[in-house]
Amino acid sequence: MSIQTQLFESTRLRLGPIDHEKDPEVESRWTHDPVFLHGLGLNPARPLSPAQMKKKYEAIEKEIEESHSTFHFAVRAKEDDRLVGLVRIEWIEWSHGAGGLKLGIGEAKDRRQGYGSEVMQLMLRFAFEELNLYRLSAVVGEDNIAGLALLKKFGFVEEVRRRKALMRDGQCFDLIHLGLLRNEWQPVEESQL
Amino acid sequence: MNEAGLFAGKLVRLTAEDPETVAKPYAEWARDTEYSRYLDSNPPYTFSAKKWKEWLEKDMERENNYFFSIRTLDGNKFLGFVALFELHWQHGDTMVAIALGERDYWGKGYGTDAMNMMLRYVFTELNLRRVSLIVFEYNQRGIRSNEKNGFVIEGRTRGAMLREGKRWDFIWMGVTREEWLKIQETA
Repeated sequence: MSIQTQLFESTRLRLGPIDHEKDPEVESRWTHDPVFLHGLGLNPARPLSPAQMKKKYEAIEKEIEESHSTFHFAVRAKEDDRLVGLVRIEWIEWSHGAGGLKLGIGEAKDRRQGYGSEVMQLMLRFAFEELNLYRLSAVVGEDNIAGLALLKKFGFVEEVRRRKALMRDGQCFDLIHLGLLRNEWQPVEESQL
Repeated sequence: MNEAGLFAGKLVRLTAEDPETVAKPYAEWARDTEYSRYLDSNPPYTFSAKKWKEWLEKDMERENNYFFSIRTLDGNKFLGFVALFELHWQHGDTMVAIALGERDYWGKGYGTDAMNMMLRYVFTELNLRRVSLIVFEYNQRGIRSNEKNGFVIEGRTRGAMLREGKRWDFIWMGVTREEWLKIQETA
């Protein structure tokens, strides 16, 4: 990779800004799917209307501007420009070079298509070669098999296991924190994405 | 346990305070490097007492604000605070943070007693299932204090902090209600 290699373009996807006109309706639909929401955080799943999504996007952009510790991208398919997912690096502690990663693919039919891998490849390069972070963290419930597999494929290792810290569908699960250090990071071969 | 027992331990009690009363000590403690480097991964902000008062006032309006002052039973001296954050009712888990600003009271069991009070509150009043915390690798006294209250190490965020040219881990500790109750029986 060189200085000129695009940071925000992969074979099938591009990362870019929020589209305040078109995205609210799409992501509102995704918020009716608990699998999407559970993959992104600990808050109780709840559907959001397009108007609520619109407000949320405004809050996200405000937070980016004020905190200087968040990068948020909409993930779009190059072929038809449709919204495929979102990815963000947040909670950046610049003095320590540490940050947290979140990634979600919206539609069930778009999962297990390798999109997550393409986004991860881009984001890790962004985190380590552009933000110059020392480490990245990700927090995943032990029930999120796909999320764990994706992180481990890129070299993340389990660092913390908060015992039964997660309760979903009446069952307790461990909350797993994974970490990847810059000196451990290796881009995955294009053919393996 | 009587009602007073919820907020009064062996050495300290947990109290609510007007921000006006405590803003000045917070401003002074923040200048103590050891205090701020045990408490926070952020570089210390040397806020004025006025700013601390505003911060505390704003924090009181926060949802799920459980932020208590720690005072000695003997003499009512203000020592520090213990607080919950990232409380998730739906999962029964919360994070806790504790700090003693008065150095003369370090290493004498005051912090351990205050944390035990907070755990009692979390497990018998809020009825959560477990409590999590982060302690920095170089704070061995903090780790031992937490272990006395039943916390076990659940993992390490490797090299999460760069200080004095060295990388240090965040050490994650957790205690479940069952583990804490067991310690109360033997105490």
